[in-house]
Amino acid sequence: MSSSETRTNRPALKLHVPEPAYRPGDTPDYSNVTVPAAGEAPRPDSACDDKDTIPLTTHLVRVLDDDGKAVGPWDPKLDVEVLKKIYRDMVTVRIFDDRMYRAQRQGKTSFYMKCTGEEAIATSAAAAMDAEDIHFPTYRQQGLLVSRGYPLVKMMCQIYSNAGDHMKGRQLPIMYSDKEKGFFSISGNLATQFPQAVGWAMASAIKGDSRIAMGWIGDGATAEGDFHAAMTFASVYQAPVILACVNNQWAISSFSGIAGAEQATFASRAVGYGMAGLRVDGNDVLAVYAAVRWAAERARSNNGPTFIEFFTYRAEGHSTSDDPTGYRPKEESEAWPLGDPILRLKQHLVGLGAWDDAQDKALEEETSATVRAAQKEAEKLGVLSEQGDEGKETMFEDVYADMPWHIAEQRDAALKEGE
Amino acid sequence: MNMIQALNDAHKVAMRADNDVVVFGEDAGYFGGVFRVTEGLQKEFGKTRAFDAPISENGIAAVAVGMAAYGLKPLIEIQFADYIYPAYDQIVSEVAKMRYRTAGEWTMPMVIRSPYGGGIYGGQTHSQSPESLFTHIAGLKVVVPSNPYDAKGLLLAAVEDPDPVIFFEPKRIYNGPFSGHHDQPVVPWSKAENSEVPEGHYTVPLGKANVVREGEALTVLTYGTMVHVTAAAMEEADVDAEIVDLRTLVPLDIETIEASVKKTGRCLIVHEAPRTSGFGAELSALVTERCFYHLEAPVERVTGWDTPYPHSYEWTYFPGPARIKTALKKVMAD
Repeated sequence: MSSSETRTNRPALKLHVPEPAYRPGDTPDYSNVTVPAAGEAPRPDSACDDKDTIPLTTHLVRVLDDDGKAVGPWDPKLDVEVLKKIYRDMVTVRIFDDRMYRAQRQGKTSFYMKCTGEEAIATSAAAAMDAEDIHFPTYRQQGLLVSRGYPLVKMMCQIYSNAGDHMKGRQLPIMYSDKEKGFFSISGNLATQFPQAVGWAMASAIKGDSRIAMGWIGDGATAEGDFHAAMTFASVYQAPVILACVNNQWAISSFSGIAGAEQATFASRAVGYGMAGLRVDGNDVLAVYAAVRWAAERARSNNGPTFIEFFTYRAEGHSTSDDPTGYRPKEESEAWPLGDPILRLKQHLVGLGAWDDAQDKALEEETSATVRAAQKEAEKLGVLSEQGDEGKETMFEDVYADMPWHIAEQRDAALKEGE
Repeated sequence: MNMIQALNDAHKVAMRADNDVVVFGEDAGYFGGVFRVTEGLQKEFGKTRAFDAPISENGIAAVAVGMAAYGLKPLIEIQFADYIYPAYDQIVSEVAKMRYRTAGEWTMPMVIRSPYGGGIYGGQTHSQSPESLFTHIAGLKVVVPSNPYDAKGLLLAAVEDPDPVIFFEPKRIYNGPFSGHHDQPVVPWSKAENSEVPEGHYTVPLGKANVVREGEALTVLTYGTMVHVTAAAMEEADVDAEIVDLRTLVPLDIETIEASVKKTGRCLIVHEAPRTSGFGAELSALVTERCFYHLEAPVERVTGWDTPYPHSYEWTYFPGPARIKTALKKVMAD
């Protein structure tokens, strides 16, 4: 059977390796990308059968139209104060990102990751959840902490691995953790937190609690086995969980096609697991809020989990260690058809008569001052590059609840070396 | 009680004492587990505390992490240690490091049970002893019981421990101790020592070895099934060996080991797992570092070979009495 003679009539097989439409030097053009009109997507009842959401997994839930007006059945009709709070949070995240990026360039810390262009997703999702619900985030949901009022100084102390870092400088910058704020410890290992969120939700259900969990993942990491485990367990046990995929088109240098986006939307993955699925304009604060609120309502009423794809664009490099001009056109983010989430909400607020340029300028100045002041305070507690080895014995603590003899011996040896 | 009954009883004691203990794994619910260790739990404690899991080891470990983060105490089962590898990322990157990476803000009090070891014609994927893949990971405790009394007491101690515990159960001795003479009938636990298991709650402390036989001629460091194989071999060779059943590999009971080797001056290490970078290498290094001036002969290791576990050559692979006796002669020669 293996003789080549028996196969002469068959065509040679070809391996398909997905390639993004544009590479450096190309002029990006998204006129061929279909962006459904705002207000077009239907809104089923949150208690609906999961199959009723199937059309929504290839559609795009959008509320803000091109003029910044809120339209259609998904309009959450939010109080203007809520909108202003989300707006402030987004502005804070962007300014925070810029300052910390610069702090890394100044050599004050080793590493940073911005979420530019994705600010709406975490800040609006946090606003749509209850404070007692828990998030299992990736490294690009800093907006959750900002929204929940986590002190900027503490975030910066973590980034600087200084004396104010409650994790004792053990984690890479931005791998935050805060139990009180319902922000689970971030891991460098991708996708691990996605099924963990399901487990937390299962525990809440086992105990007859009323709290729900939200798990986060990027488009690239959906290819990990843990993604499949999360979807399976969430569906099997009908866990009160929201599983969110932030599809920002890029996993470092790999475009989303390498993760499987060419053939099907990420939201459509939900269908095969028998789970409700939504595909949402991730740069539309109102759409994000409405979708998370819908999924939260569904989870809280024991109607099962929801998988949400937030469609967005990673406007900047993957991290301070990445230069995106090596793999995509510089102008790609401007050409992106869903725009800037901050500008879109601003347009909406202005349209409502609730915001103007003067207020905007004042907010920016005020926020910049707040972030600068926080940075000053954090730097009083030290920056990574100036850190000595004082307190190095703490590096041996917390491996176990009680330090076993072999680690105590190693600690003593390490301390002796410094003498 | 045999080992299975003792482990089952430990589950019941733990679950009755603490409503936060939840048990799940493949076939662990209604059916009670392929080895019957979780039998009757679903009936007594209900489906939300003892339930079947999808065939997804990474999923089982991951949801246990989430549950522990919530405040439950997962007591989970991986059907065979040979199938723990899909869960390795969760165990190594998440379970083991959680306390450390968050400086104690989040902890992972959980037990991951898994039947392990060979001698049952289990072939490549039903015989492995992967303990050294876990002893190498800071943040995990690793336990291997060798009899029903210890099995129950160690499992209860593991459930109550604030740290994550990998609990490997030598399936060869689930029903009775094993001398290594596979041509002889298996003696059930009811006719063996350490099969009397007290009712109710008791613990065997983690990190404490058990000197199962005191002796002067040499120290044998071993655990699991090999405790019994070694004991039989020593008896047949009529050697006054001191046999130390380590019970917990991490944290190791270094005091007992050191005291014994310093007394006897000779050390033999026996385990089923392959030799290279096996736990025996760590034991040998520790004994050499700590007891060098008391040693009268090089430390010897009897282990599985550095091959995948074979099916048809089961008894060539398994470190049985003949190989132990050969190594014994070497240790005692000088």
